[in-house]
Amino acid sequence: MTVSGGETVLFWVIAPLMVIAASGLLVVRRAVHAAVCVVFVMISLAVLYVAQEAPFLGAVQVVVYTGAVMMLFLFVLMLVGVDSADSLTETIRGQRWIGLLLGLGLAVVLCGVVASATFRQPVGLAEANAVTNPVALARVLMEHYVVAMEVVGILLVTAALAGLVLTHRRRLGAKPSQKALAEAKVAELPTGRTLTPLPAPGVYAQHNAMDAPALDPEGRPIEKSVSRVLRIRGQERSATELLTAEETLVRRELERPDDPVPSVGPASGTDGDGGGAR
Amino acid sequence: MTTQTLSLAPWLVATPLLGAALLLLVGRRSDRWGHWIGVLASTATFVIGLVILLAMLALPAEERTADHVVTTWLDAGGLSVDLGFRVDPLSMTFVMLVTFVGTLIHVYSVAYMSHDRDRRRFFAYLNLFVAAMLLLVLADNYLLLFVGWEGVGLASYLLIGFWDHRLPNAVAGKKAFLMNRVGDMGLIVAMMLMVATFGTLSFAGVHEAASGASQGTTTAIGLMLLLAACGKSAQLPLQAWLGDAMAGPTPVSALIHAATMVTAGVYLLVRSGPILEVAPDAQLVIAIVGTLTLLFGAIVGCAKDDIKKALAASTMSQIGYMMLAAGLGPVGYAFAIFHLVTHGFFKAGLFLGAGSVMHAMDDDVDMRRFGGLARLLPVTAITMGLGWLAILGVPPFSGFYSKDKIIETAFVGEGWQPWVFGFAALLGAGITAYYMSRLVFMTFAGRRRWSGESGGDLPERHPHESPALMTWPMIILAVGSVGLGFFLNAGDRLVHWLEPVTGHGEHHEPVLAVPVIMTLTLVLVVVGAALAFWQYATRPVPTEPPAAPALVRAARVDLHQDDVNETFVMLPGQYLTRSMVFADRTAVDAGWLGLAGGIGRLGSWLRGMQSGYARQYAAITLGGLGVIVLVVWLVSGTAS
Amino acid sequence: MELTNYLYLAVILFALGATTVLLRRNAIVVFMGIELMLNATNLALVTFARMHGDITGQVLAFFVMVVAAAEVVVGLAIIVTIFRARRSASVDDANLLKS
Repeated sequence: MTVSGGETVLFWVIAPLMVIAASGLLVVRRAVHAAVCVVFVMISLAVLYVAQEAPFLGAVQVVVYTGAVMMLFLFVLMLVGVDSADSLTETIRGQRWIGLLLGLGLAVVLCGVVASATFRQPVGLAEANAVTNPVALARVLMEHYVVAMEVVGILLVTAALAGLVLTHRRRLGAKPSQKALAEAKVAELPTGRTLTPLPAPGVYAQHNAMDAPALDPEGRPIEKSVSRVLRIRGQERSATELLTAEETLVRRELERPDDPVPSVGPASGTDGDGGGAR
Repeated sequence: MTTQTLSLAPWLVATPLLGAALLLLVGRRSDRWGHWIGVLASTATFVIGLVILLAMLALPAEERTADHVVTTWLDAGGLSVDLGFRVDPLSMTFVMLVTFVGTLIHVYSVAYMSHDRDRRRFFAYLNLFVAAMLLLVLADNYLLLFVGWEGVGLASYLLIGFWDHRLPNAVAGKKAFLMNRVGDMGLIVAMMLMVATFGTLSFAGVHEAASGASQGTTTAIGLMLLLAACGKSAQLPLQAWLGDAMAGPTPVSALIHAATMVTAGVYLLVRSGPILEVAPDAQLVIAIVGTLTLLFGAIVGCAKDDIKKALAASTMSQIGYMMLAAGLGPVGYAFAIFHLVTHGFFKAGLFLGAGSVMHAMDDDVDMRRFGGLARLLPVTAITMGLGWLAILGVPPFSGFYSKDKIIETAFVGEGWQPWVFGFAALLGAGITAYYMSRLVFMTFAGRRRWSGESGGDLPERHPHESPALMTWPMIILAVGSVGLGFFLNAGDRLVHWLEPVTGHGEHHEPVLAVPVIMTLTLVLVVVGAALAFWQYATRPVPTEPPAAPALVRAARVDLHQDDVNETFVMLPGQYLTRSMVFADRTAVDAGWLGLAGGIGRLGSWLRGMQSGYARQYAAITLGGLGVIVLVVWLVSGTAS
Repeated sequence: MELTNYLYLAVILFALGATTVLLRRNAIVVFMGIELMLNATNLALVTFARMHGDITGQVLAFFVMVVAAAEVVVGLAIIVTIFRARRSASVDDANLLKS
């Protein structure tokens, strides 16, 4: 069996990218970015599996790993908090150097093992895949590994149950009544809790989407009026810009009342909907 | 000897032992009648001994030695030791001496200890002593002898410290035991040498093989036996305990530290005659030790004001005579035993008399507070007087025959030895006369220094004669002091009696003619006695020790024997043990504790690895994995 | 090109995943590192299958995937529970096993 030239090119293009993505997992600050890096690695791996005459596995990789496992990761990230960002400074003394050293050492040793091992001439799976790869796989699975498959099935059921059981929250006390809840909220006032609902986002002449903050009596934007998620993502619109745009519009109207109304340009730094007054 | 009679021999030991056991186990309930059991046991032992003696006398000389083996005691490797008894003239002489004098002293103690609530325990210990002493003299091998040896040491310790509610008594007992222990080491080493050289410890085995051993070995054995004898018989250099041992009750001093236990050393040497015959150097050392001790004891005795301590110094000196005789070879063995027997009688008599005087003087022992007691204590005075004449060696009393024979034998030999030993023995006789006369005159003659008429500050006393239970033993012993010497010397009776054991001694002529020696001895004795008479009977005796020249002052503190022991043995020993303890604590303990502490610190450090941080654990796991992969890779070489 | 290149790639990915576990504090990112390690192993197994012409390597990789999926379920459930109890997703904060 010989490796075709196409496969060589494919490998040499994808492999460095994969390594970079994997390194990104080490250095990115936001957990969500790390998840995206991993997704990239997994899809690349699926491509490599297909190139390695394992199309079934490639498909499974995309469906199960990328599709299910990584989505699960993202869901949990949402639950835990998208802004759970690590500071990159290390708390345990020397851990960074030890970690890098060990990782590097491990890589070196394993590469050495691979390099010093003598492998047979690669045979390739052309013959094994003659009955198509899924059929060959199924044959081996059902003939030799039936028991293991059954056990793994049990494992999956157990895992599902485990997920249920572990995340089930049992109420430890009586369900607090409305009165009790209200009293608890009032008791928390000294910590800065507000009893009233959060203020609604601002409404401007040309913009009343959720990403614009409301103004307080002094004219300053209220931070809490914009959703926390948008704030973290940096997708909040600037109140000053909106007000300036309004003012410009009013002045133009006053000066030349007959010109058509120009659309407000795209807000700074966002991909928000910049259309006309709504 | 018929087996019937011979089988009585173990009963000699068993009877007093049973008596002791009975008295100790029954305890306080036997306080009323316990002492009579003790007397009975002692008397029964005497009777059994008498039976055996009479049976022995009926036999011709060659058949008088017999070994009676009860059972094999131990049989280990190449060494086999029996529980056996040797019945022969030497052991029977001792048996008679111990049981006769012992029974008399038992009777004496009934009255002497009548006011003591622990009298029953006293008799138990006395019986124990008799049992151990008889075992010592009847054993047919050195190991069994050693058991008896240790037994008498134990009994001595228990009896010296009998009144242990007073600390000095207990300390004296301890001192006696410790110094005896040093001697015991000698006997143990001698036994080890015997096992190594002869492969046996029985008298028969050792004495037969003795002539075949090298001179060096036999000299070593002889010197070790001498060390043991010095410890038990209070000879130089292990003599310091005897004076302190007078802290025990007077019957104890009479029985153990005058008549019997202290003579065990002489017995050991005489019994080991065949070994000493092949070790002339050891014999010379024995004679020198004996000579030095007889002079030492005599000098110390001159300055002692305590009546018992003076008698103790006298004992030390007289045993020096016996040692000297034992060191002179077979010709001297019989005379050593002769003097031992006569000395047993008159010294025991003197001690019992001293006890009687103390009884009359409210247990005061200071002779400077006695004086003029002859009229008030007539029986005591007469018996002690007879004993005094015996010890002086005045003819025809017993001491004359035994001591003169020793002095004559001391003058036998070649070179410097007869002159030195002979004149030392003569001088000793003179000094003995002086200090014994001093003792007698200070106690019985002169002014009464104890009643109000002599001075206002002296204690008022009312001395009276002792009860019959105390006087009759003294009387019987006085009879022995008078007649025994003549009896045993007539026709060389004792010498021939002991010949099967001691061998036939070649009789040589002394370097000075015998009449000359005898005359010199008597002259010195008379001079010594007269000097004492003039000093203590005619002139007033000060009640406090007066200022005196250096030798007298030194003699008052036993020629600094305690200081010498302290400086050369006790303090270095204490220093050594203290430094060992110190070294142990600082080096060994610190080392081990340091090791333990180090392990503890290591553990604490390792514990720091459990920080609780999962990532740290992950790092360790990864490190381990890397190591495993590396090792597998290297070990498997180029295997794929 | 040799098939061993795939193996080198797998080794590098594995090492990177291991380093992630050691160096990152966010529990979910650590978990992602573990997934990366598992995937690297899968790549190696598929390469070996191709080398030896034996499908068994792919079967094994398949099993690894299944088990990894199960593992992710349980692991994330645990992380969620801990987060609910402690309001923190940092691995360092779960250090009550310290001595």
